[in-house]
Amino acid sequence: MSKRIVVDDLNVFYGSFKAVEDVTLAIEPRTVTAFIGPSGCGKSTFLRTLNRMHEVIPGARVEGKVLLDGDDLYAPGVDPVLVRRQVGMVFQRPNPFPTMSIRDNVLAGVKLNNRRMSKGDADELVEKSLQGANLWNEVKDRLAKPGSGLSGGQQQRLCIARAIAVEPDVILMDEPCSALDPISTLAIEDLIEEMKNDYTIVIVTHNMQQASRVSDRTAFFNIAGTGKPGKLIEYDDTATMFSKPSVQATEDYVSGRFG
Amino acid sequence: MTASAAPRLRAKTRPGDRVFSGTAITAGSVIVAILAAVAIFLIAQSIPALTVGADDLKGADSFWSYVGPLVFGTLWAAGLALVLALPVALGIALFISHYAPRRLAQALGYVIDLLAAVPSVVFGLWGIKVLAPMVLPLYVWLSDNVGWIPLFSGPVSGTGRTILTVAIVLAVMILPIITALCREVFLQTPRLHEEAALALGATRWEMIQMAVLPFGRPGIISAAMLGLGRALGETMAVAMVLSPSVLISFVLLQSQNPTTIAANIALNFPEAHGIGVNVLIATGLVLFVITFAVNAVARVVINSRKAFSGAN
Repeated sequence: MSKRIVVDDLNVFYGSFKAVEDVTLAIEPRTVTAFIGPSGCGKSTFLRTLNRMHEVIPGARVEGKVLLDGDDLYAPGVDPVLVRRQVGMVFQRPNPFPTMSIRDNVLAGVKLNNRRMSKGDADELVEKSLQGANLWNEVKDRLAKPGSGLSGGQQQRLCIARAIAVEPDVILMDEPCSALDPISTLAIEDLIEEMKNDYTIVIVTHNMQQASRVSDRTAFFNIAGTGKPGKLIEYDDTATMFSKPSVQATEDYVSGRFG
Repeated sequence: MTASAAPRLRAKTRPGDRVFSGTAITAGSVIVAILAAVAIFLIAQSIPALTVGADDLKGADSFWSYVGPLVFGTLWAAGLALVLALPVALGIALFISHYAPRRLAQALGYVIDLLAAVPSVVFGLWGIKVLAPMVLPLYVWLSDNVGWIPLFSGPVSGTGRTILTVAIVLAVMILPIITALCREVFLQTPRLHEEAALALGATRWEMIQMAVLPFGRPGIISAAMLGLGRALGETMAVAMVLSPSVLISFVLLQSQNPTTIAANIALNFPEAHGIGVNVLIATGLVLFVITFAVNAVARVVINSRKAFSGAN
């Protein structure tokens, strides 16, 4: 569990359009790393290259290396399916499977790897994962009910439970709180704080307070203008990024003086 | 002036609202009225047939023993057609919606829609002239090799014009409607759910099993029922391909085959007179009830898992 990610000179393209240019950074295990930056700067695109989810979009491709504890995710012969089993993802809008019960949602990923599982083991895993997502007490009496009947914040925590049930090395979160109210957001942030003991967590957020609250390291992405590729401007300890960043653009952005 | 005396506030009704609600209500009522008119006609014309004697029933001793084999033939042929068509339709729909490159998918979609435009007489001719001779060697092979399964027992019909041939023709006829509806349903799968499955490390097929098929389940059932409805009522193709006998038999390859209600009406109506017409209309009423029942069952199945449909 919990691996180190090293990105080396990564470029991302959509067809002939270069969306992200020359990103090089290292993400330490058992830390929370936040990606901040204006809309369209490529931070979500970059996040998706860390588990090859960008390949879902036709024409998307990558140049460069992403190493997970030294193994290149883009080496020839690496199956994106296996990459995604090691690098889990939580999306912007909660997306539990509406056709499955809460219990089946948690087990959805596990059943892909291991179809035969005793009921006892499954029950244990469901409880452990839901505990891990701080959701167990709220749903333990209605595990057979549809996941879509939960509130938005609960659905998002269900998605987190589903992601951690497969015991990935890394969890990517793409603006996980942007569709949630402040109280649910706080619940997720507390959860991220706990989860960092076990996982490498990378979170994209538009909320600067959130980045400063939850993350250890922060990366600031920016674009020079429409149609230009997004670039990594600065990457440092969160405290440094928000108090005395070394690049003017970062300072402008985090202090709200941007554009 | 007290508050109670004040005129009640009302939203102003605009002409557009009135026209729209008027047309909607009329359209809604017309469909119910048409259905009621058909039902009343069928029931009124059927009543005399229920009590007729053996003389007017071509050998059957009561109306029910006359209609029995026809009901069986109708359900058997339509059921076989659905069993043959549904997997193929699902496969084509999934291929178009999730596997094929966009251009190929579009072209294939047009071809499928074209298939729906072929008149059933043409399918009937094709069944007689092309399909029956073509499948005959296969029937012989089936009977020789798996003849111990009662379904495929011999002797094989010399013309190839059997209930199985009819079922294949019907399957081809209902394929376009099932495919087109399933394709639309599969394309509606929220991207969010597909990505959720992929992000868990699902392969494309696993993603389809996790997200696409469960989400499309009510749509698949509806599509299958529409197809089944068409197969149940199909007249020309069945009447042309089959030389009918009156019997209840599951065998697929022999020359004695049950026929369907609709084909029976088409074949006998020109010569029917007097009470014979009522008998045929009464069989039509039975078909009407069957179709109705099939749709009702489909509704129940769909509603039984409403909470998990994703509609909430």
